[in-house]
This record gives sequence, structure tokens and C-alpha cells, in this order.
Amino acid sequence: MRVLAAMSGGVDSAVAAALAVDAGHDVTGVHLALSPDRQTLRSGARGCCSVEDAHDARRVADELGIPFYVWDLADRFREDVVEDFVAEYAAGRTPNPCLRCNERIKFTAVLDRARALGFDAVVTGHHARLADGRLRRSVDAAKDQSYVLGVLTAEQLAGARFPLGSMTKERVRAIAAERGFAVATKPDSHDVCFIPDGDTRGFLTRRLGTAPGPVVDAATGTTVGSHEGTHGFTVGQRRGLGLAVGDQRPRYVLSIEPVTRTVTVGTAELTGVDVVRTGPPTWTGPAPALPLRAEVQLRAHGTPVGCTVEAAPDGGLVLTLARTERGVAPGQSAVLYAPDPVHGDLVLGQAPVAR
Amino acid sequence: MTYLDHAATTPVLPEVLAAVTEQMGRVGNASSLHAGGRAARRAAEQARERLAEALGARPSEVLFTGGGTESDNLALKGLYWARREADSRRRRLVVSPAEHHAVLDSAEWLAKHEGAEVTWLRLEPSGRVTPEALAEALGDGSDVAVASVMWANNEIGTVSDVAALAAVAHAAGVPLHTDAVQAVGQVPVDFAASGVDALTLTGHKLGGPMGAGALLLRRDAECTPLLHGGGQERDVRSGTLDVPVIVGLAVAATAAVTGREERAGRLAALRDRLVAGVLEQVPDAQLNGAPLDDVVAGGPGRLPGNAHLSFPGAEGDALLMLLDARGIECSTGSACSAGVARPSHVLTAVGADAARARSSLRFSLGHTSTDADVDALLAVIGPVVERARSAGMGRR
Repeated sequence: MRVLAAMSGGVDSAVAAALAVDAGHDVTGVHLALSPDRQTLRSGARGCCSVEDAHDARRVADELGIPFYVWDLADRFREDVVEDFVAEYAAGRTPNPCLRCNERIKFTAVLDRARALGFDAVVTGHHARLADGRLRRSVDAAKDQSYVLGVLTAEQLAGARFPLGSMTKERVRAIAAERGFAVATKPDSHDVCFIPDGDTRGFLTRRLGTAPGPVVDAATGTTVGSHEGTHGFTVGQRRGLGLAVGDQRPRYVLSIEPVTRTVTVGTAELTGVDVVRTGPPTWTGPAPALPLRAEVQLRAHGTPVGCTVEAAPDGGLVLTLARTERGVAPGQSAVLYAPDPVHGDLVLGQAPVAR
Repeated sequence: MTYLDHAATTPVLPEVLAAVTEQMGRVGNASSLHAGGRAARRAAEQARERLAEALGARPSEVLFTGGGTESDNLALKGLYWARREADSRRRRLVVSPAEHHAVLDSAEWLAKHEGAEVTWLRLEPSGRVTPEALAEALGDGSDVAVASVMWANNEIGTVSDVAALAAVAHAAGVPLHTDAVQAVGQVPVDFAASGVDALTLTGHKLGGPMGAGALLLRRDAECTPLLHGGGQERDVRSGTLDVPVIVGLAVAATAAVTGREERAGRLAALRDRLVAGVLEQVPDAQLNGAPLDDVVAGGPGRLPGNAHLSFPGAEGDALLMLLDARGIECSTGSACSAGVARPSHVLTAVGADAARARSSLRFSLGHTSTDADVDALLAVIGPVVERARSAGMGRR
């Protein structure tokens, strides 16, 4: 099989490419250049987008003896991921850019181009199991990335290969070390790759400017503070609210209303949600019959919770949770799983949490 | 493997390999006074004389450098500093926008850090700089530090009439530098006859070793050094002479020049067949640069080994990848350090739109090229272009 290995310069994609070579595939490596102003050197542990990361990926490809190219997808990434991220915050929602990147860049732009150029599949270093078109959680629960892949369709998954899903991160690093890859001990990337300093609020303020508004207490309806822009907040957030409320009890963000620029806060018991409404779902396979009993994960690295899934008249879903969840942020994906302790929880699909 | 990227680098000649290997086995710093040093010095000076003879220069006009990039930097910066020091009004650099980045980036660095002002030369659609365009840009020349126009372009292969340009520059009292990295060995290059003040060449485009270059610099040209130290090269360039690669450079230059006429005729015939064959299979492909039979100053107006084509609707890096997978090695022209394909600045400078600039490939022939190489390309180019077109331009 002719496969294209997407190589970020990190240890996971390096080992995924190596395993594809071992499996006898005809492998070509590509590094995706996603940032228009590529920094020469990495800053901290973040990133997959510096020239140094491209160099790390090239080193591995050269050691594997496979062709290696850099694909410039900066324009697509800006339009489909960065602008979406900014627009979602501007609308008072909390996006997941990694999920968006998988949906629109890695398994649309890259996969489409790969198929057109004669490749059968795209190999990535994601920690998730994929066999017979069924997407499941990784055996390494702590590193599982099935959440950010839950948006993929059957057609996309048919062109994807995740060789790392059946091994732990520890094993991945051990394989890299055995092969003498310099990236064996490279730190994991984290946070948002296009915000290299990690200051999301600062990034959004540069993009959206300041737009002051009130912070209102839900219980009393009184204004208890002010803010410089609703994009600085996420539903469920506790820190950094800068409030002076008399009763000393911590407050959490309950809702964000971008038109009136109102951030509503309340005490912990008001953050609970028992029913989650979503936008239209996507499914990783044939659409299941509803209603359905499943588990739902409401944020990356969130704990799954049992739920019943029903169709809503507007095309979305109604998820009735088995226990109260706190800080459910509109814009995040509700990824649905069929629990399976033997083969790994099966990803059914996802739908965006509605307001 | 079908190697069609001789303009990037060309295979080392067997006689070069032998000469470099032999010299590398000897001990001796050419600056040392003992017998070993004297032997090294003799080898280096013989190489200098051979190189000078091959290129119509005097031995004292040869400055050995680490390659084309260093020679270009030394010419631009060294002549700028020296000329400005002699007359503080001389702050202008007159440069072709189709130059190699070693010239472009040196000029832009001088503008950013040293108070220079860059005047970009007007180009013909072929990429050629005419004497009229140079005269227009120089004005009375009193405020110009140096002009730089490449002898032949590394991407599209267009040759300029350097002798006519030197005459125009000198009439305005301005020194002319020319980057002749691609020209040497492909078209006649005679330093004295051309009248230029400084000329860049490099070994690895001639079948010589990498890391060996030279700047031919007239004795009367004042040039401020970039590298300070032992002053080995006329006090303009310091550093222990790398005798083995200098010897290799001289052997390569002699071979390139003595065999030039026969080789140029052979390469032009191969190149013409390559272009005709590609156009037959991809009728809407476009040849960039000067026509194949173009003539300038009585010689070839286009490098005989150069074919540069755009394939509308296909992306250059997709074409390159598909050809690479079929064992054919060529180039998209320019790549940044991260390996991200950028629209060729040369094509952009001659007025091509971004899509055309992104859809181009350079095939460059050299001393080992054969009919079989052309046949191998023609056997696959049609389906490869079709496939790359189906993948689109990667843009919406």
C-alpha cells in the first residue's frame, strides 16, 4: 500500500512512520507547514510548526530512507482552524482547534491531496485504535486522542491509519530510542500550536480587540465586576474572574452572551447540567438508531459519563446525563462512545454542544 | 536514477576526485615556510594560475573563497563599503531582481543595516537585463556604489550581455559584479574581455568539489574584507587556503572550459528534444525564459542545459514528488530553509502570476546527461502532470 505519513517532528509521528515502513508499505513522509511565520527555533515544549520541527521530521525520514516533503498548508490552516477558533470565541463558544484541524486539515486537505496523488491512506501518530473502520480509544488511557478524532466520518477513517493505538506512550518512546531517533526524548507538545506563548486570552485580544462589558451574578442579577471582552472566558471557568463578591464563595462562569457582552457567573451548584443539547451530529459509521444508551465525553481529557441520546426536532441531539456535569461549554464536542472494556471504547460520533 | 538537476550540483569529474584525493594525502599549510608548506603553496598557486588561464583572468585577480555565496557576499558588501568610504554619496546598489539569494539578500542586508538604497533593474520578459535598463537605473552614477547582474540565471537560464553591461556601468563610473556560477562551462566566459570588475564562480557546478569558489576581482577594485585574519588572499579574504579543494576547483574549471563547445552543443540538442517532447505530451505547458534558440552578443541567449517549464493547474511540488517517486530528480527552483515551496522570485520578477510561478519545474542537464535521461522523463511526464492536476493547486 502507498501511504503518506504526516510527520510533525514529534516522537509519535516518527514511530508511526517507522511502523508503516516495517509493515511493508511504500511510505512517503510529509511535514505540514501550518504557520505563515515559522519560527526558526522551538519556544518551550509547544509546537510542531517551527523550522526545527521540520528538521526533526526530515532527520527521521532520512533515517528511514523514505522521501520527505514539506506541504505548505498555512492558508488552509488559517482559514479553517485559526479563523474558526477566533470566530467561535467571538460568538461566546469554546472551540477545540485540534479537532477542527483533524476534521478539515489532516483528514480533508491532506487526505484529499494524498488520494489525488495516488496514495491509499494517511498515517498519523494519533493515539487511537482503528481497525475495520471502527475507531476506538487507545490502550493508553492517559494519552488517548480518540476525542479529537471523533469528528471523522467513515469515508475519512477509510483513508486513515493509526499504528500507535495498541501501544502505550512509554512503548512509543522505547521504540524511538531503540531506533536511535533523536526525537525519542522530545517533550510532548501541548496547548494550542498557533499560540506559541500559551496566552490564549492575549491572542484573542490582539485579534478581537477589547470590548468591555459587565459580569453579572446569576442569583442576584447585580453587576459584580467588569471585563475587557467576552472572548476571555469559557463556561465553567473559575480563575481570573477578578470579582469582589461579598459572600466569599467562589464563582464560575455560567454563560457568555456576546451581543450584550454579558458574562454571567454563579456559585458551584448553579454550574450543573443534566441535559445537554447539541447541534447536528456526525457519525464514524452508519448512523445508529435513536434513542440510544451511550457514554459521552464533553471535553478533551474529560471523564465520560453515561447518557441517553435522543434526536431533537431541530436535527441536533438531546443528551440526558446519568450524573450532573459541571462546566459544559458550548462549542466543545460531545463525543459519544459505546463502552467496550475488551476492545476499547468504540467512538460512535460527535455533536457540538449548543448554547 | 535519472538526474536532471545539474544546476543544483553536478557529478564530480574523475580527474577532480583523483587530484583532490592526492592533495588531501599531503601535509602542509600553504602559509608555512618549511618544505611541506612550500609544496602546498606551490599547488595552490598552480591552481590559481590554471583557474586564471581558464577564465581569462590574471592569477593575482583570483581570490579563493568558500563558494558562490561567499563570493557574492564579498563582492556586494566589500565593494559597497569600499566605494562608500571613498565617497559618502555612493549609497545606491543597482541590482537585478532575478539574482540568486546570495546577491539579493546581501543587497537587502546592506539596505537594512548599512544605509544602502537598492534600485531594482527592469527586466525583459525573458529575464534579461538590457544595457538601456542599466543605463536608466544608473543615471549619472555618482551616487551608485556597485551594480550586480548575473551572467546567466540559475532558474530560467537567461544569459545577459555582460560585456555591454560592463561598458555602460564604466561609462557611469560604476563597478559591475556578475554572478557567473551557472555560466562558466556552459557559455564562453572571459573575465578580461567582459570588462566586469568582479565575477563569482563556484566549483561544484563544474564537476569540482563543494566548498570551493572564487571571486575574480580586478586589481584596481577596492574591496573591504568580510573575513579578517591572516590576509591570505590579497588581504581581502582571510583563512588557511583549502589546498585540496582549490586544486580540484582548478582541474574542474579547466575541464569545463576546454570541453565547453562540444558539451554545449550536445546539451542544447538534448535539451531541445526534452522541451519538444514535453510540449508534445503536455501541449499547454509553457517554456519560461528566453527562446531555446535565442542569441545574445553572438552567443547562446539561454544556457544550453536549461529547460524551465510551467504546467498550468499542477503544483510544482506535487510534480516534483511524483517524478521523484518515479526515479527522476529535478527542481522547483527555489525553496526556503524549511523546505516550503515558494513561488519562484525569478518568475515573479519577470511578471508571471503566482499560479504560474508555483507550477514550474526546472530540468537542468550536465556533463553526464544522455538521451536515456530525456527518454526516462518523456516516458512519465504526461501521466505525472495529469495526476498532479487532479490534485489541484492545493488552494481554494
